[in-house]
Amino acid sequence: MAKYLLLKHYRGAPAASNDVPMDRWTPEEISAHVQYMQDFAARLEGSGEFVDGQALAPGGMWVRYDGEGRPPVTDGPFAETKDLIAGWMVIDVDSEQRAIELAGELSAAPGAGGEPIHEWLEVRPFLTAPPTVPE
Amino acid sequence: MTPAVDEVLLRSLTPGVLGVLVRRGADFAAAEDAVQEALVEAVRSWPADPPRDPKGWLVTVAWRRFLDATRADTARRRREELVDEEPAPGPAPEVDDTLQLYFLCAHPSLSPSSAVALTLRAVGGLTTRQIAQAYLVPEATMAQRISRAKRSVSGVRFDRPGDVATVLRVLYLVFNEGYSGDVDLVAEAIRLTRQLAAVIDHPEVAGLLALMLLHSARRAARTAPDGSLVPLAEQDRSRWDTAAIAEGVEILQTALARDRLGEFQAQAAIAALHADARSAEETDWVQIVEWYDELVRLTGSPVARLNRAVAVGEADGPRAGLAALAALDDSLPRYTAVAAYLHERDGDLVTAVRRYVEAAQLATDAAERDHLTRQAARLNARRSG
Repeated sequence: MAKYLLLKHYRGAPAASNDVPMDRWTPEEISAHVQYMQDFAARLEGSGEFVDGQALAPGGMWVRYDGEGRPPVTDGPFAETKDLIAGWMVIDVDSEQRAIELAGELSAAPGAGGEPIHEWLEVRPFLTAPPTVPE
Repeated sequence: MTPAVDEVLLRSLTPGVLGVLVRRGADFAAAEDAVQEALVEAVRSWPADPPRDPKGWLVTVAWRRFLDATRADTARRRREELVDEEPAPGPAPEVDDTLQLYFLCAHPSLSPSSAVALTLRAVGGLTTRQIAQAYLVPEATMAQRISRAKRSVSGVRFDRPGDVATVLRVLYLVFNEGYSGDVDLVAEAIRLTRQLAAVIDHPEVAGLLALMLLHSARRAARTAPDGSLVPLAEQDRSRWDTAAIAEGVEILQTALARDRLGEFQAQAAIAALHADARSAEETDWVQIVEWYDELVRLTGSPVARLNRAVAVGEADGPRAGLAALAALDDSLPRYTAVAAYLHERDGDLVTAVRRYVEAAQLATDAAERDHLTRQAARLNARRSG
């Protein structure tokens, strides 16, 4: 089994096919979208492939060390930051192929008009612990 | 089939058993481990062989586990000598053992998350795994948090009363945060507060218990089947738990009669006024504003002022609400959501939509974010429809 991170972006991903901002959907379309995501996670729990899913607030900041005895420097949030992650799902699957298949399904969550959004999701494999048998 | 152990009953014995061990001279951290082991043993063996005296059984098993662990630890010779003797009954407690445990687990030297974890384990009798699940962290992380917390309070004297306000803050946190995994933390917080109210006579403890009962009574109506939030005004009030409301109101009235008002009693009074209205329209907003005035006076809390602005908007109209809001710091959590709502009530849909979208970006939980996005979508649909 290998773990993959499916990353959903508020912005910064290539434009989705059904690219209507959420506040322009009908309330029912929003409900259907949320339901799709929940059903998807529940199904992966059932198949033993779900690890974690979390949503991120769009706010936040940059932080860096500023030397001994000094408080860390913070900056932002930057409204113009190109890439803004909205949340993730971590899955534990048998193959990269399966990870891609699931990301494809997740990207088909319905949006405006009840049509799939076709949003781009970023799929990133986890680094694993070194093998016990190093061959 | 052997009946399963009533785990809530079992866990309710936890603080008493732990108190006995500490009174006999066991140090808190080791005693707490021993009690956890005894609880696990009880779950395993009671179904086949239920004890006649459950608490006595737990004390015996926990004490034996404590002795075993102590004997195994050769570096602790002094304690070994102590425990080789037949345990003398501890000094007559001046403060109830259970109450002392609440104080210890909410000790001001602990961070809120540590106090919460320690309270759930040592007073609530939950396992580390259950607590970890409730707060969505790995079990190893939670185990570390608990053992660090135990080390922090290891030198605290067990026989001095603490500050009940710190205990109430911890119980309020348990009630208000955490996820429903294996254990329902809302129910657990109510159980722990009820247990506290049984050992200390304090109007604010009663106030918190009333507050919890009144809010949890509305829990079933707060969420739609799809998981979305249902605002108070739109809730199906027939789904409110009337028994919990009646109990909450009665506890609150008894507390208020003692004329020692505190923030939890004031918050409970507001919850009681909502619970009392058969429909949203029948809500007594004028009285609610008065209670918010009390709450602001008692706490000076900016959040209370913000909620007061909402109540003013209902009692005296959205313009009055917006005026009250204008006096507050706009960086307050949910300020923008309140502004959106008041602008909508005032008929300014363009501003309301803009504020709802902003508020959704500022939301701190996904259900609220989705709710606010839905509000914006609803107004957009109305404007274009």
